[in-house]
Amino acid sequence: MADHDIQTLNAVSRPLPHDSARAHVAGRALYTDDMPEAAGMLHGAFGLSNEAHAKILSLDLSAVRAAPGVVAVFSAADIPGRNDVSPFAGDDRLFAEGEVIYHGQAVFLVVATSYQAARRAAKLGRIDYEKLPPLLSIEDALAAESVIEPVQTMGRGDVTADLAAAPRLVKGRLEIGGQDHFYLEGQIAIATPQEEGQVHVLSSTQHPSEVQHIVARVLGLADAEVTVEVRRMGGGFGGKETQASLFATAASLAAVRTGQQVKIRADRDDDMVITGKRHEFTAVYEVGFDETGKVQAISITLASRCGCTADLSYSINDRAMFHADNCYFYPSVNIHSHRAKTNTVSATAFRGFGGPQGMIVAERVMDHIAHDLGLDPLLVRQRNLYGPGRDMTPYAMQVTDNIAPEIIEELVERSDYAARRAAVADWNKTHRIIKKGMSLTPVKFGISFTTTHLNQGGALVNLYTDGSILLNHGGTEMGQGLMIKVAQVVADVFAVPVETVRISSTRTDKVPNTSATAASSGTDLNGMAAFNAADTIRQRLVAFAARHFGVTEAQVRFTPAGVQAGVELISFGQLCQLAYLNRVSLSSTGFYATPDIHYDRKTHTGRPFYYFAYGAAVAEVAVDTLTGEHKVLAVDILHDVGKSLNPAIDLGQIEGGFIQGMGWLTTEELVFDESGRLLTHAPSTYKIPTASDRPARMNIALWAQGRNMEPTIHRSKAVGEPPFMLANAVFCALTQAVAAAVPEAGFPALDAPATPERILAAINGLKSRHG
Amino acid sequence: MSVRFLLDGEVIALDEVDPTGTVLEMLRMRLRRTGTKEGCAEGDCGACTVLLGELQGDEILWRAVNSCILFLPMLDGKALLTVESLGGGHPVQQQMVAHHGSQCGFCTPGIVMSLYGRAIGALGAEQSVADILAGNLCRCTGYGPILAAGEAVGRTPRDDSATVAALRALQAPSTELQFQDGLEGRERRAFIPRSADELAVLYTRHPQARLVAGATDVGLWVTKQQRVLDDLIFIGDIPDLRLIEETPEGVRLGACVRYTEAQAVLTNLHPALGELVRRIGGAQVRNTGTLGGNIANGSPIGDTPPALIALEAALTLRQGGNRRQMALEDFFIAYGKQDRQPGEFVESIFIPRPRETALIAISKLSKRFDSDISAVCGAINLQVEAGHIRVARIAFGGMAATPKRARAAEAALTGAAFNEAALDQAAALLAEDFAPLTDVRGSSAYRLAVAGNLLRRVWAEQQGEVMSVLELAHG
Repeated sequence: MADHDIQTLNAVSRPLPHDSARAHVAGRALYTDDMPEAAGMLHGAFGLSNEAHAKILSLDLSAVRAAPGVVAVFSAADIPGRNDVSPFAGDDRLFAEGEVIYHGQAVFLVVATSYQAARRAAKLGRIDYEKLPPLLSIEDALAAESVIEPVQTMGRGDVTADLAAAPRLVKGRLEIGGQDHFYLEGQIAIATPQEEGQVHVLSSTQHPSEVQHIVARVLGLADAEVTVEVRRMGGGFGGKETQASLFATAASLAAVRTGQQVKIRADRDDDMVITGKRHEFTAVYEVGFDETGKVQAISITLASRCGCTADLSYSINDRAMFHADNCYFYPSVNIHSHRAKTNTVSATAFRGFGGPQGMIVAERVMDHIAHDLGLDPLLVRQRNLYGPGRDMTPYAMQVTDNIAPEIIEELVERSDYAARRAAVADWNKTHRIIKKGMSLTPVKFGISFTTTHLNQGGALVNLYTDGSILLNHGGTEMGQGLMIKVAQVVADVFAVPVETVRISSTRTDKVPNTSATAASSGTDLNGMAAFNAADTIRQRLVAFAARHFGVTEAQVRFTPAGVQAGVELISFGQLCQLAYLNRVSLSSTGFYATPDIHYDRKTHTGRPFYYFAYGAAVAEVAVDTLTGEHKVLAVDILHDVGKSLNPAIDLGQIEGGFIQGMGWLTTEELVFDESGRLLTHAPSTYKIPTASDRPARMNIALWAQGRNMEPTIHRSKAVGEPPFMLANAVFCALTQAVAAAVPEAGFPALDAPATPERILAAINGLKSRHG
Repeated sequence: MSVRFLLDGEVIALDEVDPTGTVLEMLRMRLRRTGTKEGCAEGDCGACTVLLGELQGDEILWRAVNSCILFLPMLDGKALLTVESLGGGHPVQQQMVAHHGSQCGFCTPGIVMSLYGRAIGALGAEQSVADILAGNLCRCTGYGPILAAGEAVGRTPRDDSATVAALRALQAPSTELQFQDGLEGRERRAFIPRSADELAVLYTRHPQARLVAGATDVGLWVTKQQRVLDDLIFIGDIPDLRLIEETPEGVRLGACVRYTEAQAVLTNLHPALGELVRRIGGAQVRNTGTLGGNIANGSPIGDTPPALIALEAALTLRQGGNRRQMALEDFFIAYGKQDRQPGEFVESIFIPRPRETALIAISKLSKRFDSDISAVCGAINLQVEAGHIRVARIAFGGMAATPKRARAAEAALTGAAFNEAALDQAAALLAEDFAPLTDVRGSSAYRLAVAGNLLRRVWAEQQGEVMSVLELAHG
């Protein structure tokens, strides 16, 4: 257990910079596209479907083959193994075969002597289609009974009766837009052929093991014949969990077939058109409550656009259900989840993994109840929080680590909530055009992969005879600071400076069968696995030193000054050298599997989460009621990361997650046309937040009392995803401001993203209702 | 002929230059300077930001630019700095590390270059850190640490004396480049004239050629649409097209004055005009894009034309030795069609100084405040005397195939009493003036509704209402 045995923590809990920070700012950090290129390297580009749904009648690639610089062209017929790049369902094709099922699907690959030559040639494919009617919207797909799996339901109680019995009832509907990951580094892979048909792939992926398995599957190789490596990604956010496989597999196929190194780098437009996004949702709710605002019964129906294949949509939609309660106790509840199969790009993992879509519904419900009763929404939220005797989630997991009430209480103080809320009300009384809104929303996010077997991590730690340490584990670095956190953990095992620990690229031939770096689990799993690896070596060294120096094991201590063995003090390097000379192994693997979790997907009950991460945010906004423009004026955040392994990294995750969530709910709008073509496929049309969108006042604090009740690595908590949902406060504050524009007109039907157009529509909707 | 430029004090001569090859591609593939990244290839993310230096008297004028849409001939005779030029220990880099300003690190070199430009006093250095970074997207940090790092860095002027000397030696007369395009199997040409007179002669001789000023639009034709452009004339550096003349009557801007260079005089004309320019593109686009280019390409959503039309701007067009003037609004005939003869080019724009009494409102509506293209851009110029509107000039972008005046609304307002009812009535008449499209930036209904509201707000603003969420945010 991680908090045993380590006498002092010198590295852990310090706000150390990202291990690559100095390389980042100097332009010396190497991304896949920056790696030295082998002579004769070829470049690949995909030929894409320009139909959303059609039979392929014929595929004429002669003009592609004849184009200048073209070396080879590949389509489905050229695949030696299975034409399947899906994570598990078997329905994602490397190249379309027989039919195309979304606009932008890869139909063929051309490899050429230059990037430009490949891109130009890729436009020359002639594909004859027989158009089929595409299903594009959630409504159309559900009407046609096109789903990736039957409706899922969780809950308890006689909800219909309890709703009927409730003193008050409101119903509502919320549309929630999707989101593009917009990692700054687009999808990329470089495949290098090895001897005997084997292949090495540099891939910008969060899931090297899955890429390895898929490359092997498609090429008809054994897993052991494929090595996948990733040093770092230029952002991932879930978009490189399953989506990297297409690029890595195509590059591998071309490399093995041509005998040349092949790079495939999607330009921004291709990247955005080809790859999956956050699920778009619609939610309908009906909630019964008493005069104090306490929920008595609730029925929530979620529906999501999963796109053309299953990808990870089962789990993502499950997670939306798991978070439709957020921090609130629903005595009588049912949650239905429809999973629409459409002819749009397959929706995929994105930070929060369905959680944000579920959670925003809970917040909408709280706002709606408060509006109905004329109460401060915060009061309604507080009255509905989980608490003693009210601690059972809709999936029958008891909430035992609930700190939401304390966090909210502290944030109310810190943010001066009451006075500011009064000031907002005053402002709205005296201003006609610009209206303000303010909201406090909490977050409770379940930590663990809900697919239980994925909750395992592996690591490899090598000590060398000079005392330097090489750290390797199954987690990947996408900017989140995983590597430095794990290095801090390992450094403290030996009481050496963190600089002693050399971080290496993630490779499937070093640590096998890993899970994706996803579900916020990177540090929990890999930090513990690395700790276990290091601790194994440490125990060997302790036993050896005790023997060697004739002391008890208890007399061997690793200290910043060196290794103490009784009265002897030697440097860590000297100990390593001595151990080597005495034939003690200086290398170990480590493994970790999260304990105590289980889940029965048939009944949607169990304990899917090892623990919850909590936080809360206050957002204050101003809305221009003539144009729909808005500005977030101030944000206060208090977030729980347990005992922080690295406060600087954790604060960075919180702020970055918040702003990304704010973008999802405000400026980031995906627009498809009526033929299923994505129109917003570049930053010119798809607007993630810029520097000036960051609120001028932004106070972020870690919850000082934080300590994980469960024995995670040094009692820390996961931080990757939970802060994303703090941005719900912005959406709820906008709802408040819109409501203030036309008082007494009812609860505003504001949908997400709250673009100026949607805000103005919500205001005008109230006006027309009003009279 | 080759393109010659200075990189960290060393003259680089590029032979066999594709006139639409990009500086980014050259840096990454030919020179293997991989610190500069491609994030979007359209000038919207800033991961490719480099500094470009040009001789200005005895100094170097540095400016941050997007190398992804900067064509190689635009480097000729200039100095280039990339993130590698900084070593690693510049205060900007130190502060970025100290403030935890990088996470994935991919946008970081571009951000470092933008902040470095501000530190050394590059073009626009007086602007706020957030304005300097409007064209640098970061998806990881939420910007706070980066803004803090930027604020923490003071001025660190460069000693450019050696660069000045080296650039003097590099200056060349007008240049013509020929390129054998292997992929296309034909020759493509680029011309770099050094004066407006030379341009006039050259363009008369090659009227089929495409004029390129800042390439912030034409660059995308190449990187995004993969268009192959044959003959290009690069005009962005022609000194007599870059003149700014401020007189009591107004301001005359050469067609190739860059937005950032125009910002101060336009702010003097009217603050709302300066604010409009502030919100065009990111700093890199404003440091490269030109007012003349914004007009000449005839985009229906160009940000400046509606405001300039409302302010009664006039163009000077030149063909050979002949010049003619026209009201800016007359230049735009139809979508993609301007009143411009073969071989004729926009030489300058004159914007008269608005009367002290004019009520001027310029609004740009977009999903995001900074570095976005407008859904609707509206400009209203009312002359109100004794409670009545004497003259009304109202122009909109994003509402029709060209930037266009709202004639029916203008007519209704002209002579009317200045009150809420008159503006309401004029707003309703916009439906006669415009039938806007629905596209990714907004629906037809939104555009029409919000354009009307822009008229209504002129009244509300007169009543002293707080009108801007942006002002609130900064207040």
